[in-house]
Amino acid sequence: MDMRFVDGYPEYMRRSIKKVEATREERISLVMEPMSAEEREELLSTYHPDHMKEGKRPLKIGSSKGEIVHQETANVLEARPQVNPDEIDLSCINHDVDILVIGGGGAGTVAALHAVYEGVLPENILITTKLRHGDANSMMAQGGIQAADGLDDDPSIHFLDAIGGGHFANKPDLVKALVMDAPRIIDWHQKLGVMYERGQDGHFVERPGGGTSRPRLHSAKDYTGMEIMRVIRDEARNLGLEVEEFSPVVELLTDGDAVTGAILMDLETREYGIVRAKSVILATGGFGRLHIQGYPTTNHYGATADGLVLAYHVGAKITDMDSAQYHPTGAAFPEPILGQLITEKVRGMGAMPVNAEGEAFVFPLEPRDVESASFIRECQERGKGIETPTGMLGVWLDSPMIEEIHGPGTIKNELIAMWRMEHQFGIDMSQDPILVFPTLHYQNGGVEIDVNGWTGIPGLYAGGEVAGGVHGKNRLMGNSLLDYNVFGRRAGISAARHARKSSPGKITLDHVTHYNSLLDEAGIDTERRSPMLLPDYRGERAIARSLNISI
Amino acid sequence: MGKNKISVYIMGKEHRVPEGLTIMKAMEYAGYRLIRGCGCRAGFCGACATIYRKKGDYKLYTALACQTTAENGMYLTQLPFIPANKSEYDLENIQAGPNAILSIYPEVARCVACNTCTKACPQDIQVMDYIQSVKRGDISRAADLSFNCLQCGLCTARCPAEIKHYHVAQLARRLHGKYLAARSEPLSKRICELEEGCFENEIDEMIELKTEDLKKRYFQREIKVSE
Repeated sequence: MDMRFVDGYPEYMRRSIKKVEATREERISLVMEPMSAEEREELLSTYHPDHMKEGKRPLKIGSSKGEIVHQETANVLEARPQVNPDEIDLSCINHDVDILVIGGGGAGTVAALHAVYEGVLPENILITTKLRHGDANSMMAQGGIQAADGLDDDPSIHFLDAIGGGHFANKPDLVKALVMDAPRIIDWHQKLGVMYERGQDGHFVERPGGGTSRPRLHSAKDYTGMEIMRVIRDEARNLGLEVEEFSPVVELLTDGDAVTGAILMDLETREYGIVRAKSVILATGGFGRLHIQGYPTTNHYGATADGLVLAYHVGAKITDMDSAQYHPTGAAFPEPILGQLITEKVRGMGAMPVNAEGEAFVFPLEPRDVESASFIRECQERGKGIETPTGMLGVWLDSPMIEEIHGPGTIKNELIAMWRMEHQFGIDMSQDPILVFPTLHYQNGGVEIDVNGWTGIPGLYAGGEVAGGVHGKNRLMGNSLLDYNVFGRRAGISAARHARKSSPGKITLDHVTHYNSLLDEAGIDTERRSPMLLPDYRGERAIARSLNISI
Repeated sequence: MGKNKISVYIMGKEHRVPEGLTIMKAMEYAGYRLIRGCGCRAGFCGACATIYRKKGDYKLYTALACQTTAENGMYLTQLPFIPANKSEYDLENIQAGPNAILSIYPEVARCVACNTCTKACPQDIQVMDYIQSVKRGDISRAADLSFNCLQCGLCTARCPAEIKHYHVAQLARRLHGKYLAARSEPLSKRICELEEGCFENEIDEMIELKTEDLKKRYFQREIKVSE
């Protein structure tokens, strides 16, 4: 291989870029057709990573025993709880509150704000979070948020898009709540001062995404998630909501039936704390950092499925956990940004996926699972991927098309986060295409909830990525920011109403003893402990030579 | 990951790491299990603010550890927390006039236009320019100029006038978004329709459909994605 680099790419990759440039003009006017139901089915069953049978197994224990989940998910569910009930003193309560919100990302913050709107005093709410307030996938969402407020759109069309994109496995009542609440969520954001892009007339600029039949994405450049998160966090601070940072929940507490509190651990001092609460809201996000099937991930450092594990320990059911979302456009090159997200807005604005020969091979706005499977087929079956210097495969995303279609300067204006990321590592995406390959992005399923965000366990509510049923087997772009707003809000309101009619409960760890006995009965003899809290990315040599001496 | 090793000095201590890693991954390679100073790992959260010098270079550089390649001879430390007070305010009771922000963050008036904040910004934001816009009462320009801010706090750590730039900018953006940006009429219309109970029946009817019929409807739906 010719390894001389020219403007960020080795010479041998430049030869493929030449082919992409040669077909660009022609492709701009090329109209690709979406796949039929049969074509989608065939492609997914052969090439989508979730259809690889060896990647999953049925759960041996718990309230969703028999459900098929990924090996990595089964590993954290079929593991010993981190906490040993004999070592915990439950007699000293550190926080006695109406509502405990577990997770300081989007869903948790929205839930806390709406609990306040519902009449709970801020001092009676505790938000606890593993890292900092706002450290969450919510901060990293780029492309936008769906809401059917356009003149040529309405919530029933949004409903059909979401349920078809989810392969008709979604819980319809949850989808209805999602699409019907959407315009009100945008209005709430508008009142809080979120800076969505607007035209001269005040109308929102709305763009299409994969699987949407109308342009419906409201965005704030490609920092949409960050813009919403920093605004709601600012509002939480203005209302005086207390946030315990670097204090993940390591186990819930119950009275034997209802959830009545939780055990926190200070990540730095390792001291535990006891919270008693009338209502508990799980808003811990998803499982990207479990690296399902060995995939790199777009996810936040803390996305280790903790909430799923906590809920399962107390007997909540899970749904659609056999389904992960691999975002089609993860960065495949250069190495330092491997797996990081290239927002779908790049395709929404006209960039086409193109193979090594410069050929278009798929409708650019298929739902994510279909688009991803087509990239995998192009690389693995058809041999038309581009190999990176470290042996990864990818396809081109022809970003310069955006400037051809919308005019020079569009990328730096509307896709500044993407431009900056590529530029930091030597690539100018307004001039050259970028190399992409599917990357683990989203937990489609999760803890079962009803339209009120209730998990079926008294006192326990959930919202956002930790919860399942909203997106079926595949989430559409722009429905996750919407999900955490809609179901964070609903969970917050429900938790507030439940707290009003409840009194503080008994706190025990009986469910942990019970869970341990389930593991024993099933013959699961394991050293694994969970929740995981953080992945371990230390170098192999450093781990191998690390001494476990207490100091 | 390159085969060649380089030396990075993490808080002064030398570690040999493969070349081509980001600063964050170099720290992990060396054996650090990060708790502070690591968040999204993708340039969106501002957790990994880092300051460094290079051997023989007088200049103090700033970076995001997850978005910067480690270099041989880098002396670095992370700055994972900045103790900057945020003012609490009720946005409903602020008039978005020229002095709105100055009355909440009066220290903005102390800006000596030294431009250190701008030089410190790992996002290449014109920080001093937006502070000057706030002084002039131009909220919308401050909102626009500060939009890419990740709130890492490096500007604030470097400022001789004790300005909390990133909190000031947050207020500017919210005031702009709430009071100064135009309003969307179609959204207001849609909310009225929802309050009248529109779309309930259409959706309930689809919920009642057999999956086969719903599928048919989905695959036959009209796709109009041109903007």
